[in-house]
Amino acid sequence: MNRQARAGLVFTAPVLLATILLLVLPTAGALLLSVTDFDIYALADLANLRFIGAGNYAELFHTPSFWRAVGNTLLFAGLGVPAAIGTSLLTAMVINAATVRWKSLWRLLLFAPYVTTLVATALVWRYVLDTRSGLLNYALSGFGLAPVAWLENPRTSVPATLIFIVWKAFGYNMLVFTAALSTVSTELQEAARLDGAGAWARFRHVTLPAIGPALLLAAVLSVANFLQIFTEPYVMTHGGPAQSTETVLYFMFDQGFTWWNLGMASAVAVILFVAIFALTAAQARLGRRYEWL
Amino acid sequence: MAVKLRTVAPNLAIALVALLTAAPLVWMVLVSLMPKGTATSFPPPLWPDHATLANYRELLFPHQSLGGATSYKVFPALLNSLALAVLATLLGLGLTVPAGYAFAKLRFTGRARALQALLALAVVPAQVAMLPLFLMLKWAGLVNSYAGVLAPGLAGVYGVLFVRQATLAIPDEMLDAARIDGASEWRVFTRIVLPLMQPVVVTLALFTFLASWSDFLWPLIAITDQRLYTLPVALAAISREHAQDTELMMAGAVITTAPVLLLFVAMQRYYFTGVLGGGVKG
Repeated sequence: MNRQARAGLVFTAPVLLATILLLVLPTAGALLLSVTDFDIYALADLANLRFIGAGNYAELFHTPSFWRAVGNTLLFAGLGVPAAIGTSLLTAMVINAATVRWKSLWRLLLFAPYVTTLVATALVWRYVLDTRSGLLNYALSGFGLAPVAWLENPRTSVPATLIFIVWKAFGYNMLVFTAALSTVSTELQEAARLDGAGAWARFRHVTLPAIGPALLLAAVLSVANFLQIFTEPYVMTHGGPAQSTETVLYFMFDQGFTWWNLGMASAVAVILFVAIFALTAAQARLGRRYEWL
Repeated sequence: MAVKLRTVAPNLAIALVALLTAAPLVWMVLVSLMPKGTATSFPPPLWPDHATLANYRELLFPHQSLGGATSYKVFPALLNSLALAVLATLLGLGLTVPAGYAFAKLRFTGRARALQALLALAVVPAQVAMLPLFLMLKWAGLVNSYAGVLAPGLAGVYGVLFVRQATLAIPDEMLDAARIDGASEWRVFTRIVLPLMQPVVVTLALFTFLASWSDFLWPLIAITDQRLYTLPVALAAISREHAQDTELMMAGAVITTAPVLLLFVAMQRYYFTGVLGGGVKG
């Protein structure tokens, strides 16, 4: 073995071993757990553990509250991903405009929520969204609008939570998009303008192809993130009202660590894993088809 | 006139968005300084007329309450969060920086295959591993310990991929020149690669520190002993009992989020260079 090969092995072995022990092994463990009835009795004595095949999956299939959690999660992702990516792209384009001054100040202010601690700012927004004394309803009253029961109404609880999530997250992709936008050729933009292309045509045929890869990557990561929402409803609504903000991960946490149904909770984890994997693969395929990757 | 509008409109728009974005954070600080019970009146007061640090004192230090001396244990939680974030950062860098460099620049057997495996693992949501990991830690007696909280972070898939990506830009000729001069691989790494990677390492350190500081679900699972609570776990627990104490909770939010915000503002150059440009001085 030559020097480089030896160094390569020494440099990579620790993190690879840690990854196998603390990520690969437990992930495989989740698959195994999901076909057992691991519960609080098995936690006390492994002799109580039984293999039940697809039993957990079958039971989940017939559990309305699980389907409710799936629906809520899809609603979060379906509304949240376009809202978050759109906000990021829009602010990136404004900040990127040649005439905008103090760019670094705006960038700092808009990015700040991203680095705040999720639990802390979720709490802040619980009070901002408060029906009676919240800042948002106070601002709306200035426009003559009646107070909205943001987090207390099952119909508005998801969009209200999304206001917070988008506020917290959009700065990151804004930064990524700003970088991607700065690679858009100004000569190409000028040439298109001289050829009589309008603002939309220039965006569609010059800007979009240039930032396509960044956009696709951001979309993939956003979908994955939105399918893993937990802390926001845990802190802001406790999954309510009327279970309207209980996500798949919330359901898993409840099953696993409130009721100690670790077998059932693992089945939920596996389903979540498969969903995220499938979506990522689909988006990667889509990207290749349009030669963005 | 049209030219003027094109100058004014984007500036105005971005200023407005920035103002709206900063408003909740400013409000958080202002309310944390208000005396108990004053923030919940309508219309909500926007300025603390009688500013006080009483909420901070009550959270951080033991105080007299109905049943005698009590404490929210926020100060111990602050120390726990700090210790865990420092440890997570040091361990994370030690594991991922050499590996990321090796994947980018060293030729060794199995490199391509291991890299592919890491890329595939990047898709695995951390939560999938949490339930079995909890059982592993329970059997190892590591629930309610720093080691238990730190464990999942050691599988530094993202860190390795991040460092690898940033390191690809280092020219091979530079490393080969050092090798021809007789430098060992360790020397090449510490004397040539690490100085070039300094911005990348600082960025990764920042990311790791912030992620550890703000992590919630795993510490919530791995710690049941109140004395080992991290700030987010302590804050969530307090908020379940004191939801009505707006001012107290905002003081807690400031204590939790101010350290990372200040760190970010102080190190923004590294942060943004890292995210935007990969950050290796070519």
